[in-house]
Amino acid sequence: MRRLAEIIVSLLLLLLSCLLPSAIAGPSGPGDGYTVAGRVKLEGATSKGFTPMKTSNTKVILNGGQRVTFLRADGYFSFHNVPAGTHLIEVSAMDYFFSPVRIDISSRNPGKIQAALTENKRLLHELVLEPSREEQYYEIREPFSLMSLLKSPMGLMVGFMVIVMFLMPKLMENMDPEEMRRAQEEMRAQGVPSLSSLLPGRSN
Amino acid sequence: MAVRVCLGFLILLLHSNFSTALYEDQVGLADWHQKYIGKVKQAVFPTQRTGKKRVVVSTEENVIASLDLRTGDIFWRHVLGKDDHVDQIDIALGKYFITLSSEGSILRAWNLPDGQMMWESALYGSTPSKSLLFVPANTNLGKENRILVFSGGWLHAVSSIDGEIIWKKEFAIDRLEIKQVFQPLESDIIYAVGFVGSSQFSVYQLSSKSGEVLKHNTASFPSGFCGEVSLVSSDMLVALDATRSALISISFQSGIINFHQTYISDLLQDFSGMAALLPVKFTGMFAVKTVSGICLVRVKGVSELEVIEKFNHPASVSDVLTISGEQQAFAIVQHAETKIDFKVKLDKDLRNDVLKETVEMDPQRGHVQKVFINNYIRTDKSHGFRALIVMEDHSLLLVQQGEIVWSREDGLASIIDSTTSELPVEKEGVSVAKVEHNLFEWLKGHVLKLKGTLMLASPDEIAAIQAMRLKSSERNKMTRDHNGFRKLIIVLTRAGKLLALHTGDGRVIWSLLLPSLHRSEACGHPSALNIYQWQVPHHHAMHENPSVLVVGRCGPSHDALGVFSVVDSYTGKERNSLKLAHSIIQVIPLPLTDSTEKRLHLIIDANLQAHLYPRTRDSVNIFLHEMSNIYWHSINVGKGVIRGYSLRSGCNLDVVDEYCFNTKELWRIVFPSESEKIATTATRKMNEVVHTQAKVLADQDVMYKYISRNILFVATVAPKAAGEIGSVTPEEAWLVAYLIDTVTGRILHRVTHQGAQGPIRAVVSENWVVYHYFNLRAHRYEMSVIEIYDQSRADNKDVRKLVLGKHNLTSPVSSYSRPEVMVKSQSYFFTHSVKAMAVTATAKGITSLQLLIGTIGDQVLALDKRFLDPRRTATPTQAEKEEGIIPLTDSLPIIPQAYVTHALQVEGLRGIITIPAKLESTTLVFSYGVDIFFTRIAPSRTYDSLTEDFSYALLLITIVALVAAIFVTWILSEKKELREKWR
Repeated sequence: MRRLAEIIVSLLLLLLSCLLPSAIAGPSGPGDGYTVAGRVKLEGATSKGFTPMKTSNTKVILNGGQRVTFLRADGYFSFHNVPAGTHLIEVSAMDYFFSPVRIDISSRNPGKIQAALTENKRLLHELVLEPSREEQYYEIREPFSLMSLLKSPMGLMVGFMVIVMFLMPKLMENMDPEEMRRAQEEMRAQGVPSLSSLLPGRSN
Repeated sequence: MAVRVCLGFLILLLHSNFSTALYEDQVGLADWHQKYIGKVKQAVFPTQRTGKKRVVVSTEENVIASLDLRTGDIFWRHVLGKDDHVDQIDIALGKYFITLSSEGSILRAWNLPDGQMMWESALYGSTPSKSLLFVPANTNLGKENRILVFSGGWLHAVSSIDGEIIWKKEFAIDRLEIKQVFQPLESDIIYAVGFVGSSQFSVYQLSSKSGEVLKHNTASFPSGFCGEVSLVSSDMLVALDATRSALISISFQSGIINFHQTYISDLLQDFSGMAALLPVKFTGMFAVKTVSGICLVRVKGVSELEVIEKFNHPASVSDVLTISGEQQAFAIVQHAETKIDFKVKLDKDLRNDVLKETVEMDPQRGHVQKVFINNYIRTDKSHGFRALIVMEDHSLLLVQQGEIVWSREDGLASIIDSTTSELPVEKEGVSVAKVEHNLFEWLKGHVLKLKGTLMLASPDEIAAIQAMRLKSSERNKMTRDHNGFRKLIIVLTRAGKLLALHTGDGRVIWSLLLPSLHRSEACGHPSALNIYQWQVPHHHAMHENPSVLVVGRCGPSHDALGVFSVVDSYTGKERNSLKLAHSIIQVIPLPLTDSTEKRLHLIIDANLQAHLYPRTRDSVNIFLHEMSNIYWHSINVGKGVIRGYSLRSGCNLDVVDEYCFNTKELWRIVFPSESEKIATTATRKMNEVVHTQAKVLADQDVMYKYISRNILFVATVAPKAAGEIGSVTPEEAWLVAYLIDTVTGRILHRVTHQGAQGPIRAVVSENWVVYHYFNLRAHRYEMSVIEIYDQSRADNKDVRKLVLGKHNLTSPVSSYSRPEVMVKSQSYFFTHSVKAMAVTATAKGITSLQLLIGTIGDQVLALDKRFLDPRRTATPTQAEKEEGIIPLTDSLPIIPQAYVTHALQVEGLRGIITIPAKLESTTLVFSYGVDIFFTRIAPSRTYDSLTEDFSYALLLITIVALVAAIFVTWILSEKKELREKWR
């Protein structure tokens, strides 16, 4: 009984593995290659909403520029007559970042195509490419805040000045008046060193 | 202490963000972007009402685009893959733009209004052949429209609605070449006509429903055909015979084939040489191109040919345009010195012109190459005509009512080389920028800017700020500036045109279609090669203008004779030109100048003899003095050999030529052809400046960079893996990187990457090389860095030795001595494919470096060299962190704000050029492809100048606040003192 269940499960798995790739591998033409068809999904990921101009400016690139194709209005694309082997598909779309996809077309098992993201080796059951993130090409200006003003060099300058103005007298007050007087007298006795006294030639 | 804290804060602030990111409102301040399409090959005018004001074109740069007929602006544009050449274009159903590309194997339909791809069909062929596209003109739109495509020996009928292949038929007869496929209007029969071999003519009649052959007739013509045909009606065509001196009219009405031969010399008395049929579609006539001009011939019957008109060269004829029912019109454009004559004729009345206009033409645009005609209805209901004209310099013009309505400088889509030139020095009273009107205006401007930076500005005010910034005339002046931002970029295009662009806004200052690269008797197929700095006066000869040298050759092969042209960089006039008596294999600009600051150049010819230019006594004397120190190398990619040479006086020529030198082979490196194939080579830029030779490490240790002008980087791949990705398994692929000294041929370093393949892009700078390749095992792109350090100087660290003078720091670095080098390297993953790579260059080489990477998405990414440091470790020590070593990651980061092209794309990116500005922190970046883009970047921010949006108002406010505070505290202290005294 258990054996039977195992066999059924393995049969199901086999069936699945045969069915799944068919979603991305189309029947090939009279040429010696296969057709790789897939879909780029942009609308799901945008925060700005779906814009039709985006799909018309998106390119799908096979093997670093060997072939370039474009998206249809529904986001589907296809490469025809691709030989068996391991290939690389990249998507170039402004404002989005796509991870390149590794495509394995089996030569022993005609039409079996496997796809995986190269960045994290995640397998794709269907060749549906989604952007991994939206790209922001510009720095965003911080909205006006007192902190940003204070953090600017000028703000720091003013801040430092304020500290000196208000904190220093406080520090002075905390000092012992006796000590203060002594220090002042010491200073007076030494005299302020002037530039002329430092220059040897000028001294008399 | 407080000062220290403050300083620390400041430094922290400055370093918090190490990439040079841009705010959205700063776009266009320092950068400009120009969009081009390239030389137009074909153009179609949509006739449907919605697309009336547009034209769709395909170009030689594999671009398809829709242009506005009123302004020449691009509505939409697509750049196809590099091998996806567009062969045929047409319009189907009035709303789809159909393109047939890749030798007829890909048929695509694009939506006319927005350029969205509607469908794509792959057509498989068995034999390579000429591809033909026929879209039947359909009057009733309700009927399904079928597109007929002949490619690869198969005729396909494709539905124009969804691209479905309805039927296909193979023409499997040996040596059959189909020349025309057409379907007469309102007929169900498709005609396919062609030649079998050189002498048999064949007509097929096929059913348009199923594609089955209804009738097939052949007839042979003994003297043979050359292959060119011109269809004149639905049952007749004209072909040229094998000698190209006679016309054969062939009629194939109802299956009976008749030939009639007419000698061209009977039609044209002064005919000689060979003729060619122009590929224009006329009904009832055809065009023959002869040596002297173009001749229009009317066909009245099989045996009746009549010459209508003859035009002398240079002239161009357009296709036929159907206007209002049966009437047809075509245009002829003829060149007459600085003018062009634009004539339109109707097929009913061929003797007279319906329209005749004369347009002034800039002589720098050359001759007319192609003309496309379009009509419009004038207000008085008569027909008006406009023409789209493609010129020799690849520019595109629209001519209407005797005027050039707009022009596009599309030669800039095919830049092959570029250089820069300084602008003239500003003289007293020449052009001084207008000072701001008054203090109030000035302050107002800065308050606005301040509001902008603090995000307090309203949208109107933001617009005002933008306008103010763009208006600043400062950046567009025609004089040299203090920071060295204003320069001329001189570019050479494939058409042999030289253009000078201002770095301020990218406008064309002058342009010159090089007369020496013009086709002539002596120079059959001239092509421009490179551009070099010829004279850069700065000390001597200050009064002279700088000039550039353009090198070209007279034919496609390497042993074709060379052409020289020296062009003034300020005026754009050719100073002198030279037809060389030898070929050009390699041009070596030497680091030597003569007394008039002309740079010496060595030209190596096909016989490996070196020729010195400029040819003056003075330059020979300078050269002979330095000759023993000059070495050069040649790279033969096909044979896999790199050879190094030195020079010797005297040349084995018949005539004594003191400017000619012999070369002597010193060394050679032969790569085994069965295991290695040269994929790429790279050398250091000649004008690169290195600031310091020593690198101080965190532990107070010193490493000396091995800096040599003679480093050559060579990367070889396994011959099997020389193709595209996906053609080999990792086991069959490897990549070997070499660092070679070009004086001695010594291999300084060699490293093998197993399972790696090309394409390889490399950049060499200072003591390092960075290269990008594909790792098949990980199936990701990788970037590797190799840094070389001089080990022989490493023991100079001992202070005692330095004091005692026992160091070798003063001994010259020589390529002759065997260097002890130490190599550090590291590899990182990189996400994208790379199209071009460059490194920033600054005036003194102090500023840290950034790599500029042109990605597959046609963007330029700035990546700090610090990310490609071989000393990066997973856990850097505190000292290493202070030195600026980033913790190790397996892949290089892609920060979207680090794209120097921000939200723009340089479509078809081919090259990135960096030019140092006078300001040390700044590099000018010029990238080109189909588009051109210029910007300036500061790899470690502008530490030596205030940014343009520096808020003077805030500074002023701060100063005022400080002064006020001083007064307040002064008053307060006075009062306090007074109080003290009263106490």
